[in-house]
Amino acid sequence: MNNNIIRLENLQKIYGDVQVLKNINLNIRKNEFLTLLGPSGCGKTTTLRIIGGFEKATIGNIYFNGKKINDLPPYKRQINTVFQKYALFPHMNVFENIAFGLKIKKLPNKDIKKKVSEILDLVGLEGYENRKVDSLSGGQQQRIAIARALVNKPKVLLLDEPLGALDLKLRKEMQLELKNIQREVGITFVYVTHDQEEALTMSDTIIVMDNGEIQQKGSPVDIYNEPSNRFVAKFIGESNIIDGIMIEDYVVEFAGKKFKSVDKGFKNNEDVDIVIRPEDIKLVSEEEGMLVGNVDSVIFKGVHYEMIIKEENREWLVHNTLKKEIGSKVGIIIYPEDIHVMKKERN
Amino acid sequence: MKKFTSYPYIIWSVIFIIFPLLLVLLYGITIPSKTSFFGFKLSIENFQRFCEPIYLRVLWKSVWLAILSTLICLIIGYPFSMILAKSSLKRRNKFVLLIVIPMWMNFLLRTYSWMTILGKNGIINNFLRIIGLPALDLLYNDGAVILGMVYNFLPFMILPIYTVLTKMNRNILEVAEDLGANRFVIFSKIVFPLSLPGVISGITMVFMPAVSTFVISKLLGGGQYWLIGNLVEEQFLRINDWHFGSAIALILMIVILFAMAIMNKYEDKEDRGVGLW
Repeated sequence: MNNNIIRLENLQKIYGDVQVLKNINLNIRKNEFLTLLGPSGCGKTTTLRIIGGFEKATIGNIYFNGKKINDLPPYKRQINTVFQKYALFPHMNVFENIAFGLKIKKLPNKDIKKKVSEILDLVGLEGYENRKVDSLSGGQQQRIAIARALVNKPKVLLLDEPLGALDLKLRKEMQLELKNIQREVGITFVYVTHDQEEALTMSDTIIVMDNGEIQQKGSPVDIYNEPSNRFVAKFIGESNIIDGIMIEDYVVEFAGKKFKSVDKGFKNNEDVDIVIRPEDIKLVSEEEGMLVGNVDSVIFKGVHYEMIIKEENREWLVHNTLKKEIGSKVGIIIYPEDIHVMKKERN
Repeated sequence: MKKFTSYPYIIWSVIFIIFPLLLVLLYGITIPSKTSFFGFKLSIENFQRFCEPIYLRVLWKSVWLAILSTLICLIIGYPFSMILAKSSLKRRNKFVLLIVIPMWMNFLLRTYSWMTILGKNGIINNFLRIIGLPALDLLYNDGAVILGMVYNFLPFMILPIYTVLTKMNRNILEVAEDLGANRFVIFSKIVFPLSLPGVISGITMVFMPAVSTFVISKLLGGGQYWLIGNLVEEQFLRINDWHFGSAIALILMIVILFAMAIMNKYEDKEDRGVGLW
């Protein structure tokens, strides 16, 4: 059973002498919420625009339900796009905006009216048909943009940082709402963002991209807990990234001490990168600690305190709900399952 | 503080705009009178005189030629602006410069140069003679005047339309394409309606100087060619009837105001202004 709706095969994009995409291979499943996550310039928007048909890949193929669609123009794809800036038609009211695609398809007026009011219900703006676009708030405008795309019943909805222009509180609300909309209409969403928190909140699958390459593909939990390299670990959440040596299977050495580990399959004495999330570092008394250090700074962050512990070899970023006094000596404990060992990158 | 900063402008406009306008109004609604203490008296005689068919015909011709020139400017200028807006930044700047450079040259000179191109012994007729064709009467007719207007005022049509088109959000066009609109629908439903403020500025900026010109009609239309601008000039400089001249000027102002009002009505609907008014 093939459950994929979109397949990207060896996708490359070259602008002049800049290679924006280097060999992207990706399967997108039906009905999943997939997020392309990465810093600006990583190629995520270009990937999205190639899926939408606004740009052509220099090399490589794109398949939709098994059929090659490299040269299909955007409107012939069962894919619609929601852009970053709301891009509503400013000279039309809400109804005219949403009905735009339906009118082009020459649907009878009665059907158009019905569909528009149904889709407005879905995005929580029932009765807004005759509003002027510029009388709406940013969040409302973006919902209209989503409604305008969804009313055409696409199989895949592409969203290019659609919440980027909204303030934090509204963005969080819209994240949950988007996820609900996706569940309700039951279609594939491909979402582009540089906001790791947004990606973790909404996605079924996250694709972390950097430098035109896919760094890691996985569920939010996998990506957070098992980053596959230094870049992913740095980009998703905060972390302590340390040089270490894999002495043998299940034993790793860093900070001048040997630790038990859950990882295996490395060469003996291979140099590795080690990621330890700040919330996974336990603080205990000096005597109980595997490592000992001084509390160097304490910042209150609301839910937790962010502390920097200065130890003989390095500084550790630690999140803890209990405050330690600056200058006090504390012990550090790290459990084997919280030590994430990654292959060292060549450079 | 804020109040005082506007004073120089108010004083300026009173001296150089409002006062002269009032003078024109005063002259327009009066005629010379030997019995009156001031030397003139209130009368609508000037306006009555203008209602004679010869003058009305001149007014009609001026308006008609201005409308034609404006339309031609629009027909040439709009596609040109579109091509311009779509080309690369480097080419765009080059072309805008090319459009603007002639405006640095004296207006009279530019219009004179057309005389040497269109005249009996001009470039075109000389060329026709060389290849053995009969000479054409290119100068001193409506065509030459319209050509002169279009040539001189075309930049005023292109620049505002071009500005609006370059500012247009590219995403909007992509959305329309994504929703299935072909190029014709994108143009008629999205691009053109959104560029209306620029079109309206362009029309205004071409129509106004075109309807009141007297230099172009004098040089390219010939000595016996009358537009309303020439009529005003004649009253002031040759016949010395400032009263009738002012009345004609007032009528011309009313015509322009009327045209503006029509334009404004269209623009109000759009409710967003890159427009001039």
